[in-house]
Amino acid sequence: MSKINKENKPITSEKLMNEFHRYQKGSITRRHFLEVTGLGAAMTVLGTAMPSLLPRKAHAFGNLGNRLVFATWPNYHNQVNLDEFTKMTGVHLQMNAFGSNEEMLAKLQAGGTGWDVFVPTNYTITNYVNLGLIQPLDLSRLPNYDGSANDPMFAKPATVNGTVYCVPKNWGTTGFIVNTKKIKSSPKSWKDFFDVTMGAGSGHTIVHDYQLTTIGAALCALGYSFNSIDPNELAEAEALLIKSKPHLFAITSDYQPGMRSGDAWMSICWNGDATQLKNDLPEMDYVIATDGGEIWTDFYAIPKDAPHLDAAYAFINYLQDPYIQAREASVHGYAPTDSRAIALQPDSLGSDPILHPAAELMNGLEFGAAQTMTDPVRAEVIARFKSA
Amino acid sequence: MLKNEDSKPNHWLTAALLMPTTMWFVFMLILPLIVILIFSFGERAAVGGYAASFTFEQYANLPARLKAFQNTMIFAPIGTLLSLFMAYPLAYYLAMRVDRRYKFILLVLVIVPFWTSLLIRTYAWIFILGGRGIPLMLEWIGIEGVRLVNTPGAVMIGIVYGYLPLMVFPIFVSLEKIDKNLLEASNDLGGTPFKTFMQITLPLSMLGVATGCMLVFILLMGEFLIPAFLGGGKVFFIGNALVDLFLQSRNWPFGSAVSVTLVVIMLITVSLYMRLTMRTKTGRDESLM
Repeated sequence: MSKINKENKPITSEKLMNEFHRYQKGSITRRHFLEVTGLGAAMTVLGTAMPSLLPRKAHAFGNLGNRLVFATWPNYHNQVNLDEFTKMTGVHLQMNAFGSNEEMLAKLQAGGTGWDVFVPTNYTITNYVNLGLIQPLDLSRLPNYDGSANDPMFAKPATVNGTVYCVPKNWGTTGFIVNTKKIKSSPKSWKDFFDVTMGAGSGHTIVHDYQLTTIGAALCALGYSFNSIDPNELAEAEALLIKSKPHLFAITSDYQPGMRSGDAWMSICWNGDATQLKNDLPEMDYVIATDGGEIWTDFYAIPKDAPHLDAAYAFINYLQDPYIQAREASVHGYAPTDSRAIALQPDSLGSDPILHPAAELMNGLEFGAAQTMTDPVRAEVIARFKSA
Repeated sequence: MLKNEDSKPNHWLTAALLMPTTMWFVFMLILPLIVILIFSFGERAAVGGYAASFTFEQYANLPARLKAFQNTMIFAPIGTLLSLFMAYPLAYYLAMRVDRRYKFILLVLVIVPFWTSLLIRTYAWIFILGGRGIPLMLEWIGIEGVRLVNTPGAVMIGIVYGYLPLMVFPIFVSLEKIDKNLLEASNDLGGTPFKTFMQITLPLSMLGVATGCMLVFILLMGEFLIPAFLGGGKVFFIGNALVDLFLQSRNWPFGSAVSVTLVVIMLITVSLYMRLTMRTKTGRDESLM
């Protein structure tokens, strides 16, 4: 804290009025008045809620406005980076965390989100382009982005019909996390996952509130494709999910609290969350199922009607800086797609089995397919499962 | 028809004063309801949303959300009654028993929870009821294997916690207004405290009870936050089904059909309830005379 608090006691009302009169008479400056009365600090706090109250900064980034609305996923950023961006540019971030791509699509379809930047997953991008919900990126405004540094396997979905609509953020896998102190049978597949759920682990499993991963897991357990939209296969998956429902601890994409408290013993899990959990609790094991699962890339994109376009480009450009990417990954635990960022990471991460699974495990994984997002049967299966 | 010439200017004044409310209701309630009604006869567009059509398909599909309707119809009345039984003694104490000096402070304490959003307070309950919370304390005293969070019981705790102040205030106000002379008179005429309560205090506070119950019941019928957080997605209300249909599966027509059905159920239960409470009230009034 600054000098306002150096005496560590608040200003008295008498002194406040004295200072106020001095200010009125012009014997002290406005700045001095705000400092000694503590109102400056109050303004700073208020400013976070109402950026228009903040004094404007002159800086190298030009006039970016003072606000940026950002839709992303839980546990997916390094607060240090976000704070630094605000400090450098004067742009305050308003962040919303989502549990599924479908939830993001629903908001964008309804319109008026006010989002400037959001984080869609590979399989959604062609849908967003077809629906006219995102805008092409002007790569000249993203000098930190280097297309050649990104593995095309991960970066490919960003380009639709020759136009680049987004830039990659991270890639990862969807498997499940097991608390090995509680579950001793070491499940290896989605079939095992559901068997343990309805057996020894009854009452302690979490599945996502997300059609792609939860229905996908059930489909894999039954020997079908993670991406199936075949109504008969989906009906079987629904039956399996509904049968397992009484044995579940919860249906939620925010599964870290449950796993950490020990209430839940097993959960469908993204690998970055697995790293975060294992860092704190060594008994957590991340499993890529032998019968399939998901491999994915997340991207930064700008919605069509983004109100703060300049700030949006500045923010994405900032987050594409290899150093910033590495600093992000040190907290969220997902692998960057950008080789320049990987080069800055500790060597141990390159051989980390959660980040870089063995090739034979990766072979069974599928990228989500675009049609799963809009398929009405999948949408209704997950909704019926939840309301059953 | 008798028309009083003098009342004409008043008529205009009344209309002018009612204008903002009328506009609000027309644009914020009636028009949206009409839109929902129209949507409920439509079809889900290929990628989600609404496609114009005229079909009863959405209404025919309502049984797919039967469990959610059932849960709401069970939890809403029970939650209302539990809140009532918790709130009445508190309101009675605040209105009748407590020293005037402390009354204001205690009333403020009832409001204090409203200073924090219900979302944050409900999120806090996840940790209180979770494995590191109350169940851990119970383990210390030898009661093991208690599971609280993500159960119907946890949802009920959250409901009573969240809605208690809404029940306390109307009852408090109606108790506060009771003429204390009536209670003294009853006492002088030999009425026992129990009889005085049953024949004077309770009937005179019925309006507050009826208001509080109605307020809590109507809000509970649309509740979704508490079951989502404390039920872990396993205790599913009709409000959750609606959130899901609009914000996940983007099936606006089916969501509209569910909304229309909820509104109809609410209109029926609330009008039955009002008729019932009014009848009871007139009955009591007669017996008082």
